[in-house]
Amino acid sequence: MPSERVTNIVVAGIGGQGVLRATDIVAEAAFLAGYDVKKTEVHGMSQRGGSVVSDVRFGSRILSPMVPEGEADFLVVLEPTQEEPNRHRLKPDGTVIGCDRIDVTSLPNPRTLNVALLGLLSRHLNIAVEAWHEAVGRCFPSHLYSVNVEAFELGRQAADMAS
Amino acid sequence: MRAGKKRLLSGNEAVAYAAREAGFHLGTGYPGTPSTEILETFSAIGGKAQWAPNEKVALEVAIGVAYGNGRALVTMKHVGLNVAADPLFSAAYTGVSGGLVLAVADDPGMASSQNEQDTRRYAIATSVPVLEPSDSQEAYDFLFRAVELSETFGTPVILRLTTRVSHSKGIVELKPAALRPRSPCFQRDIPSRVLIPAYARQAHRRLRQRLSRIAEWNENGNLNPIWEGKSDLGIIASGVAAFHAREAVPEARLLKLGMCYPFPIRTVRDFVASVRRCVVIEEGDPVIQELCLIHGLSVEEKAEEDRFGELNVSRVRRIVNGDRSPQTPVPAGRPPQLCPGCPHRTVFESLRDLECIVAGDIGCYTLGVLPPFEAMDSCTCMGASIGVGLGLRHVLPPDQARRVVSVIGDSTFVHSGLTGIVEMMYNPPPTGHVVLILDNQTTAMTGLQDHPATGKTLNGEPTHQLSLEEVCRAIGVEDVTVFESRAGQKDEFRELLRSKLAQAKPCVLIVRRECLLAAKRRKQMSQTAHQEDATCQANE
Repeated sequence: MPSERVTNIVVAGIGGQGVLRATDIVAEAAFLAGYDVKKTEVHGMSQRGGSVVSDVRFGSRILSPMVPEGEADFLVVLEPTQEEPNRHRLKPDGTVIGCDRIDVTSLPNPRTLNVALLGLLSRHLNIAVEAWHEAVGRCFPSHLYSVNVEAFELGRQAADMAS
Repeated sequence: MRAGKKRLLSGNEAVAYAAREAGFHLGTGYPGTPSTEILETFSAIGGKAQWAPNEKVALEVAIGVAYGNGRALVTMKHVGLNVAADPLFSAAYTGVSGGLVLAVADDPGMASSQNEQDTRRYAIATSVPVLEPSDSQEAYDFLFRAVELSETFGTPVILRLTTRVSHSKGIVELKPAALRPRSPCFQRDIPSRVLIPAYARQAHRRLRQRLSRIAEWNENGNLNPIWEGKSDLGIIASGVAAFHAREAVPEARLLKLGMCYPFPIRTVRDFVASVRRCVVIEEGDPVIQELCLIHGLSVEEKAEEDRFGELNVSRVRRIVNGDRSPQTPVPAGRPPQLCPGCPHRTVFESLRDLECIVAGDIGCYTLGVLPPFEAMDSCTCMGASIGVGLGLRHVLPPDQARRVVSVIGDSTFVHSGLTGIVEMMYNPPPTGHVVLILDNQTTAMTGLQDHPATGKTLNGEPTHQLSLEEVCRAIGVEDVTVFESRAGQKDEFRELLRSKLAQAKPCVLIVRRECLLAAKRRKQMSQTAHQEDATCQANE
């Protein structure tokens, strides 16, 4: 089993951007990597262009599915206006992974921004790249697999360029 | 014992997987956030699932299955149980010979609901046992326990879910419990099943006796484990709140009530006696707390503030520490809105421009209350738009009454609008009335489910299509107009609505255009099918 401590991730965006899909992928990847994992979200009006926030936590044992206030290690932001309203979720030394880190024009499809940001996030997490790819495969229909893996890899490379 | 396969599942999916393994003969319900995915998943993995017009019909169908010695699952959101309450009270009296489980999902915090009612109140009111899973694994495991309980005692059982159980994912070990297979067959039992007063009086006594036997079962079952800890602080918790509590105060001793009703009084009394102070952590109404207090157990009472919204780790810390200081408000996110290009937009622009008094209803179109429309004056419950509109027409001065319009969606209309139309024709207001049916040919709000007027079943198979216009005409409405809405017809629609308002007779105006999201999904699905066909052909 990988490390004991719990990793807390919050993904924020607006309806239609793939926030829930993003946390599905993180949760699947963490599950494949052998962690205990829980993810949570609030549905309902999310398709109507409103704010969507989803939490995912993994580690040796996860209790509450919700990332406690001010304890997120990472805040992944898919839409610039959603950063400020969710900053309170982040712990003081937590990391924001913002959509400004990805050049959307370089993506195979602008709708893959969510997965590209996971590519960036993946560089901070102890989950093998194979698990990420398989998680992408489990969360999309087969004909969308390659375009999303491409976006994921672009995100991973963007992390190199920034550092 | 052999280890089961592990999967990452939401609570709703876990219920569906368990239902398949438990051999349910039928799953039925009406869509409602956060319960909808149970039946969708059950159908997708091979279970027989169907949407009913509303929750009352769904429960009645399920009762029939269980009278016929079958196993039935009924799903709904918390407010759906208001609609299905009538048959539930009676099914508790009659009992069932098969298995009957109601999966009812509460929405503390009202992410997508009109109230925060607590389903456990119905369990007590109807004398029906209630199980409260805390996560996906328990959602899976407890469904088997619910079947066992239902079939051992011949009772309906409620599985109370909440948003954070239904819509959180966790790892589930798929280890089905062994259940006796059931073969549907009819056995006549008139004194149990026919609730004429003479038989019902006996049934009521049998119900209370059954409940005390179930309470005894609950003392000896393993649904109420103690998570060990120091005796300085004891916590009694249920549902997802048990996990919040364990995380917030890991050192406390915790009694996790998986089945709070009928109340396992000895278990709880022994626990309370074993700790120095005892706090109840539960989402929704103080149900467990009240059960403790009426049995004379000394637990700390929860603050009025803790009735509202969802609990989380931080709130549990505050409760345990007795911190009653005002909570820091969380920044508001962007509110939802009607989609760009949504056909409802034209309607609400016209309602606003004509200064209508709008009796609204439940669905996406309730968003017509928000700017830039602000064209809705009431939203009460499913189907209420028609009755409320008629009441306003009856009582308001004529110059106001003539501006009253009822606005209801297609799925909501089938759910509980039909009797409103009957009322409109039976007791027509002097100024007439205008009922707008916004027919976007789907149940959009809950994620695009079919319903009787789409002509498709839950799994997309063609079936008889209820015609909204024909049913209104059959009820007696002479003026039924169908407006096939297209983009850029704002003026045309406004003038049509103006003319309907001017005539003093009851009328129904159906505004028909497929929901944009439904159209998009339909195209995507046919595209995927084409691609899969192409792949299959390429492989041949």
